[in-house]
Amino acid sequence: MLLDRTGEIADPWRLITDPPAEGGIADLVLEGPCLLPFAWIGAVKHAPLGAHLPNDTEPAAVGPHFPALDLISIDFPSFADGRGFSIAARLRDLGFRGLLRAHGPLIADQFAYLLECGFDQVWLPPMVAERQPAEMWLAQLGSVTLGYQRGREGRASILEQRLGKKPLACA
Amino acid sequence: MYRYDEFDHRFVRERVGQFRDQVDRRLKGELTEEEFKPLRLMNGLYLQLHAYMLRVAIPYGTLSGRQMRMLAHIAETYDRGYGHFTTRQNIQYNWPKLKDVADILDDLASVEMHAIQTSGNCIRNTTSDPYAGVAPEEIEDPRITAEVIRQWSSLHPEFTFLGRKFKIAVTGSEHDRAAIKVHDIGIQIRRNAAGETGYRILAGGGQGRTPMIGQELRAFLPKADLLPYLEAALRIYNLHGRRDNKFKARIKILVHELGIEEYGRQVEEEFARLDRAAIAAPSAEVARIAAYFAPPDLAPRDPGSLARAKAAHPGFAAWVEQNTYPHRVPGHVAATVSLKPVGGAPGDATADQMRAIADLAERYSRDEMRVTHEQNIVLPHVAEADLFAVYRGLQGAGIDAPNLGLITDIIACPGLDYCGLATARSIPVAQAISTRFADPARQREIGPLAIKISGCINACGHHHVGNIGILGLDKAGVESYQITLGGDATETAALGERTGRGFGFEEVPEVVEKIVDTYLAAREPRETFLQTYRRVGMEPFKEALYAA
Repeated sequence: MLLDRTGEIADPWRLITDPPAEGGIADLVLEGPCLLPFAWIGAVKHAPLGAHLPNDTEPAAVGPHFPALDLISIDFPSFADGRGFSIAARLRDLGFRGLLRAHGPLIADQFAYLLECGFDQVWLPPMVAERQPAEMWLAQLGSVTLGYQRGREGRASILEQRLGKKPLACA
Repeated sequence: MYRYDEFDHRFVRERVGQFRDQVDRRLKGELTEEEFKPLRLMNGLYLQLHAYMLRVAIPYGTLSGRQMRMLAHIAETYDRGYGHFTTRQNIQYNWPKLKDVADILDDLASVEMHAIQTSGNCIRNTTSDPYAGVAPEEIEDPRITAEVIRQWSSLHPEFTFLGRKFKIAVTGSEHDRAAIKVHDIGIQIRRNAAGETGYRILAGGGQGRTPMIGQELRAFLPKADLLPYLEAALRIYNLHGRRDNKFKARIKILVHELGIEEYGRQVEEEFARLDRAAIAAPSAEVARIAAYFAPPDLAPRDPGSLARAKAAHPGFAAWVEQNTYPHRVPGHVAATVSLKPVGGAPGDATADQMRAIADLAERYSRDEMRVTHEQNIVLPHVAEADLFAVYRGLQGAGIDAPNLGLITDIIACPGLDYCGLATARSIPVAQAISTRFADPARQREIGPLAIKISGCINACGHHHVGNIGILGLDKAGVESYQITLGGDATETAALGERTGRGFGFEEVPEVVEKIVDTYLAAREPRETFLQTYRRVGMEPFKEALYAA
């Protein structure tokens, strides 16, 4: 299941993980939006193109490919392995403006953190999606509405809100 | 003291609501136990040997009478009438029921408290100097910085699923009472050559199974850069800290493997790249927080009948001598309530004792208390003229032990009596030692001596930095206690050295006695145990313990 801050969405991207049976990466037949392992990105010319990153990728190494990439997908091997949060934050700091996707068995309680770190969408394996439907993810967004940090969702931090003395909306 | 505003209140209320929902989803099967575990841990809820354990945060150890009364109420209503103050300035309840936990969190929220991030692989309660705002030599109250960090680290979107727990401590004095050298990040408030106040930052310290002393990451960090710098330091750790082995996942291993220079280089590079203005606490906000820590309005006081009371009551005189610390305002002291009665469980307090301390704090200490990492409670602002009344109050509650910093002021983890990780008992060892050395005159004769006991290699009882450290292990089903000497948690931090093979449970008091006798025989006038040990080394102690 793929979802973003509006709920479940269609996934136009084709994730390709197997190299072609014959020839090199450059011989892959690509049609439509294709999501390829990051290691292959330099070897193909295609659009729209996405890169799938293992979570030990050095974000700076992705920087030179930003112009070619419409989507970067970061792998979360487990919901408890939080490296992807920092990779996303760093990619945004480095100037990536395309779509950022979190890919793996994440949990709804992490949705707000993911968005605040710069992700746009989350891809869940069927096992997790079954127990945690899109409505549950959206509901979690409303559970803690304030943060002490300025995130990437346009939310002012509590510290900034104090200075602005904006009244709180009724809970 | 810091007070919640509407934002803090709403944040904590929403967090409690979220936890209620998480428990509900777990019970419905929407969350697996594996998924629920880090969520409950981030709310301080452990599953222990016999029951759940709830750890409540006491930010930088500071609390008011109203808050202490709530802790007493929780102990009575949801637990067995007592609580355990911890080495991280928190309190633990050992017998709460899962169904009650959200209600307990609601009760805590009503007095501006919570259990957020008291466990789990996230940034934990920031600890500090129990004499903050009291110590005459202090540069600045470290709790202002600790509160800024508390807010920044609360549910930080990027750092809530770290490789391992992350502990930060702050001191505002040169003399370190916050053990900053054995924290993941230690912060010392200092002045630079130009007289500006800023921070010295240490990284990579820690205890546990691979103890390490923190190293200097930045000699001087301007105050305004604190949060961006911490963000950079945490990001490098989160990206590159090891995830393959839980026992090698703390920042100390990363710093050790990269070297402090390389780790520092990466942090500085990240720091330079960050949008500092978006991360730093606005100066007006820091000033708002600082105002809560303005020193209480204490005028110098005449000690009144203090001298007469001391002369008439030798027990009181001994308590004043041992358990008070000079205050920057003449005629006042910080008085420490020892939670180490002879034969007691270190750090435990009953609901009645908590209320007695709260009463005294309200009457005599500007409604303020501090929990220390030595598991005692400080009344920070007591007039000398009021000390006898305070002492009488403590006597009535059975918490008048005049043993601060002495051999019976033992730190001990809960150990095998409660903890699911423990390999041996800790509390009974502490009880046996304190009973052995019960005589107050003998304790004073021995002088400052910190014994710290852990019931497993995770070192929650800080044994690595005990002058005498005791580590309880399991050797083929039998408890075996390894002894270390020379550990120190202060600015002269050192890790203890092992004496040799371990000892049985019953032998430990005798072993401590031999160590003490060796010290007393070797010491020069006015030398402390640690000074003697540093001068004479391990040999004479080994000789006393192992020579047939």
